[in-house]
Amino acid sequence: MILIKNGRVVNPGGKEGKLDILIKDDKIAAVGKNIREKNARVIDAKGKTVAPGLIDMHCHLREPGREDEETIAQTSLAALKGGFTSICCMPNTNPPIDSPGTVKYILEKAKENRGGTVRIFPVGAITKGRKGEELAEISELKDAGVVALSDDGDSVMNALVMRRAFEYAKMFSLPIMSHCQDKQLSRNGVMNEGYNSTVLGITGMPAEAEEVIVYRDISLAAMTGGALHISHSSTRGTVEILKQAKRKKVNVSAEVTPHHLILTDDLVRGFDTSTKVNPPLRTRDDISALRKGLRDGTIDAIATDHAPHSQEEKDDDYRSAPFGMVGLETCLALILTEIVGEGVITLKSAVAKMTVNPARILGLKKGVIAPDQDADVVIFDTGAEWTIAPADFAGPCKNSPFIGRTVRGRVVTTIVGGRVLYSL
Amino acid sequence: MNSKKIVFKRKDLLGIEELSREEIELILDTARGFKEVSIRPIKKVPALRGKTVVNLFYEPSTRTRISFELASKRLSADVINIASSASSVVKGESLTDTARNIQAMEVDAVVVRHPVEGAAFLLSRVLKASLVNAGDGSHEHPTQALLDMFTIREKKKKIEGLNVVIIGDILHSRVARSNIWGLTKMGAVVKVVGPPTLIPPRAQDLKVQVFYRPEEAFIDADVIMGLRIQLERQTSNFFPSIHEYVKDFCITPERLKLAKSDCLVMHPGPINRGIEISSSVADGACSVILEQVTNGIAVRMAVLYLLLAQKQI
Repeated sequence: MILIKNGRVVNPGGKEGKLDILIKDDKIAAVGKNIREKNARVIDAKGKTVAPGLIDMHCHLREPGREDEETIAQTSLAALKGGFTSICCMPNTNPPIDSPGTVKYILEKAKENRGGTVRIFPVGAITKGRKGEELAEISELKDAGVVALSDDGDSVMNALVMRRAFEYAKMFSLPIMSHCQDKQLSRNGVMNEGYNSTVLGITGMPAEAEEVIVYRDISLAAMTGGALHISHSSTRGTVEILKQAKRKKVNVSAEVTPHHLILTDDLVRGFDTSTKVNPPLRTRDDISALRKGLRDGTIDAIATDHAPHSQEEKDDDYRSAPFGMVGLETCLALILTEIVGEGVITLKSAVAKMTVNPARILGLKKGVIAPDQDADVVIFDTGAEWTIAPADFAGPCKNSPFIGRTVRGRVVTTIVGGRVLYSL
Repeated sequence: MNSKKIVFKRKDLLGIEELSREEIELILDTARGFKEVSIRPIKKVPALRGKTVVNLFYEPSTRTRISFELASKRLSADVINIASSASSVVKGESLTDTARNIQAMEVDAVVVRHPVEGAAFLLSRVLKASLVNAGDGSHEHPTQALLDMFTIREKKKKIEGLNVVIIGDILHSRVARSNIWGLTKMGAVVKVVGPPTLIPPRAQDLKVQVFYRPEEAFIDADVIMGLRIQLERQTSNFFPSIHEYVKDFCITPERLKLAKSDCLVMHPGPINRGIEISSSVADGACSVILEQVTNGIAVRMAVLYLLLAQKQI
């Protein structure tokens, strides 16, 4: 038994305030004032914030396929350090998550890790090989344990295939997570199209390459009654289209990443490949629209898009280096510092966008501290200042453009299923 | 040889964007002194004796590489040419590893031409040697812009206030980008003209005027700068056919009449005769295309001199 005492409980789906939390086995047993239990191990959370374990809707495992970049155990530690207790992994592993075998492999691998891991919820491919041509065996994937479908970075460019996917996925209540990017319109692009791409002579990806697919997928979701989730929204136009769709009661939700909320394509001016990410860093105007969307609820969730890449791969020219940043370890601190700290949204709202909201979108019984819920809890210190350094990342890949930045807010304890898997 | 005190503090020449007007003027003034060296019977000064310059070219280039090679030799530096086909690039060595190996040989300057934007910046972070960007993708080609400005200044005695038109594929042109930075810093009025498909987004924000019709852009021009059109662009739908490009954008004698009578016609080469420029214009009285080539050596001598001569041996 674990008794978390004296913490400030921020728990958008349940009771809040100065409360104690009793954990028995892998479940929450009680939440209340001055709980006494002499057989429990006491964690004093005085001066700290206690929240439901965070849920990352969007990250990338490198196992199977690129264990040299990050193993499941390392991704799990990265998540724990960032306060996440559940992560959804995208299907772009090698082999991809387009068959039940890969799902089972990932879940088995996680189970084998003796120290315990975060809960992993695989996202299955929409199409075989993520090629956008033939539907993957969605029923089999569902049985194996996927919680959503996505072809990840490869947008399904054939609208008919996408329509069928929405229709077919409906019978399993699986949401489709769409990385919206018209492949022709963004061809050869490696950064945002705009003033900076013009100065650098680098081929850009226009905002419209994202927006035309956002609009298409919203149309298809409305037509079919399927559930759509827009991955890593990055442009003002996306926020505007989403807002309109939500007003029309389309079944659509959306996420945004910390880097799209904080960084602009001005950073690309030094050709630093740690800034290369897809969708690309956009402009200050996009950031202000995304923040507004976060505040008014147009954007439901915050996700990391954690994507480790080796130093060898990133140590290349801007065109050749791969897209992606690591982000699990830094997400909460960045949001606390730059988004909550700047008054964009409240702490409670930020926690909601990383707990109850993703749980609702994915249909997970997670994200709330309440009796009989899974004992997934994070304790963090909102006042702790630290400077992001390469050593803070759990895996061998350190591809973060935030290295060197001082942030406020640090995870001190992460509890998954009643076990303390991480403490600072 | 130069009475002016050296104020050029840079380790590298990566682009024109980062230069001040004063630095550009210093390079052009220094080049004026060096131009005379190339017309002497003995075409050599000892300014960089004992220095080693490596020309590292990842893209085919005749003009620029020879120009840099002659510039180095006329300054008495030792020069080595590495072309991508002959280098370890084909063996899969990374750009930075190649650079580290060159560094280990204690060279003084590396002149790099690379098809990817930012390659020169990547190398400059690794190398202790001075780096000269001889063209990185569509980004910058600073010595080309410097030799263009040198040529304009020599012919027109000034750059400030001139109407300079750059015509063609602005989108993919490092020459256009470097010239836009340089010419606007020097006070010229810069107009770019081409089909909208080949004008980069937000070009106006580079402080240039954008035109789609040469007939409008050429009016009162003091300088018209053509750019090489890559013939494969039509397969990417930037324009429907070479025929149509010629019809609307070729620098013809008729279009040239709209410019001032003493207008200079320039081109970084190699030219596609009859496509972006008529032969009669390329070979005509207004053309200074070959003088650009001559001046290129003086300007590159000035750049190497300013980067290397101030360093302790």
